[in-house]
Amino acid sequence: MLWKFERHQSNIAVEDEYGRQLTYAELRHEGRMLCQQADGRCLVFCLCRNVMGSFVGYVSFLNGGVVPAMLPADMDAELFRNLYETYRPKYIWAPESFSMEDGCCRYERFGYRLTQTPFGDVETRLAPELALLLTTSGSTGSPKLVRQSYRNIRANTDSIVQYLHLQADERPVTTLPMHYTYGLSILNTHLDVGATVLLTDKSVTQKEFWTFFRARGGTSFGGVPYTYEMLDRMRFTHMDLPALRTMTQAGGKLMPELHRKYAEWCQKTGRQFIVMYGQCEATARMAYLPWEMSLQKIGSVGVAIPGGTLELIDENGGAIQTPHTVGELRYRGENVTLGYAENAADLALPDERGGVLDTGDMAEFDEDGYYTIVGRKKRFLKMYGNRVNLDEIERMLKARFPDVECACAGSDDHLTLFATDAAALPEMRAWLAGKTGLNSSGISIKAVSEIPKNEAGKTLYKELDTNDD
Amino acid sequence: MTNQEKYLNAFVAALEVAPGEAPTLTYGESKSWDSVGHMALVAALEDAFDIMMEMDDIIDLSSFDKGKEILRKYAVEI
Repeated sequence: MLWKFERHQSNIAVEDEYGRQLTYAELRHEGRMLCQQADGRCLVFCLCRNVMGSFVGYVSFLNGGVVPAMLPADMDAELFRNLYETYRPKYIWAPESFSMEDGCCRYERFGYRLTQTPFGDVETRLAPELALLLTTSGSTGSPKLVRQSYRNIRANTDSIVQYLHLQADERPVTTLPMHYTYGLSILNTHLDVGATVLLTDKSVTQKEFWTFFRARGGTSFGGVPYTYEMLDRMRFTHMDLPALRTMTQAGGKLMPELHRKYAEWCQKTGRQFIVMYGQCEATARMAYLPWEMSLQKIGSVGVAIPGGTLELIDENGGAIQTPHTVGELRYRGENVTLGYAENAADLALPDERGGVLDTGDMAEFDEDGYYTIVGRKKRFLKMYGNRVNLDEIERMLKARFPDVECACAGSDDHLTLFATDAAALPEMRAWLAGKTGLNSSGISIKAVSEIPKNEAGKTLYKELDTNDD
Repeated sequence: MTNQEKYLNAFVAALEVAPGEAPTLTYGESKSWDSVGHMALVAALEDAFDIMMEMDDIIDLSSFDKGKEILRKYAVEI
């Protein structure tokens, strides 16, 4: 069991925006009822929204030894189908509005429904340590899932609770989805200390969010770079939020000028601004910049979390000892996950990483040992905090538009789609936005006379100009 | 261009919807009106009418009709 809820029996574990509350004792009871229906260890697809049903499902399955795969509730139907047929879950835990033709309803609670799938009798072997499955890139529907163990989650929870000094009087509000590892880490850590999660499905751009946050005395929230850009545009620092104590940031690199702005504002108003770094492959967190250093080390992700170590690896595989030398960031710690799964059979696999993760991020450290991420080894972007693999996007486009020569490039929050057929570009853009759920304002299109390639036929991405015309 | 046209164009451009669809839109109901679309819409309205919206108004902008009401505060009559 991951959490010991009996230690905080009478504390409120969760409060939603509609005024519903559950104490830890009640949450424990709800968990027992739900897991009883699931009847033993099995795989469940959880369709996530920041609402009570989704919350109770996640917490109960994880604590009850049932393995949830966390997926966005608004996922494209075809991409969902693909994952569903690949992994053959025994159950689906989803909002009542989710339609399942061939399933059998087992239980209903908080607007969510546990549906037994026709795969119910198929025996899927689950490794005993397997706790949770998360997508590497939810928007492209890649069947690749990250396998997290109970020990991974326990270790990362302990580290985060320690460096953030979390206690039972915290009241974090949900700004990040439950299928996203950063969002889960906020739930995991606060439930561990007996704090109260403020649950809302609304965004920081909506009045209902701030009304709820203010009325219920929210003490902290987390945000990806895009969250902080939105807050900046909204002149957030003029807002009166007396209970707010801590703001954390992860999910990509924040612009240095915004880092400075929030760090200064927090320092001036007696708050803490904490920049962090992590990946789903490391459960959630690998590094953090202590708030006391937030102004001295702008742009840095800080140091390794308690219990972990960071090092930089050069091209020959050796460890870099000299400051300001770029190498691939390697992390070691108990929160390094077991590995990936590509199909149902992989769910039985043991730990394949042995506590070592090559992050694929290029970084350097300074004389004081503070790390800064400077680039990426692989071709992916963060779109509003979510990883988007550019090669997967290209594959999806080529499958749908086989006659069009195309390529994708760009920077975080700005994807550029290149094609030789100018007339096809608007349709490709609209299709891609619909399929991935990415807002089309983050996708630019550019017609080119040809997609530059080398002699071996590999696309020369550096020759594609992603600047706006 | 009349204010009414400018207002409609801001919705059409920012949320990428048909002009006929725009007046029925509310935040969260339409796929393109998520938090990213919302910020694009605010930017489009600010550009179109040369105004700077306050945070309280930005977060209050929840439908096509509500936006008209909000813009009145900035002396823009739709």
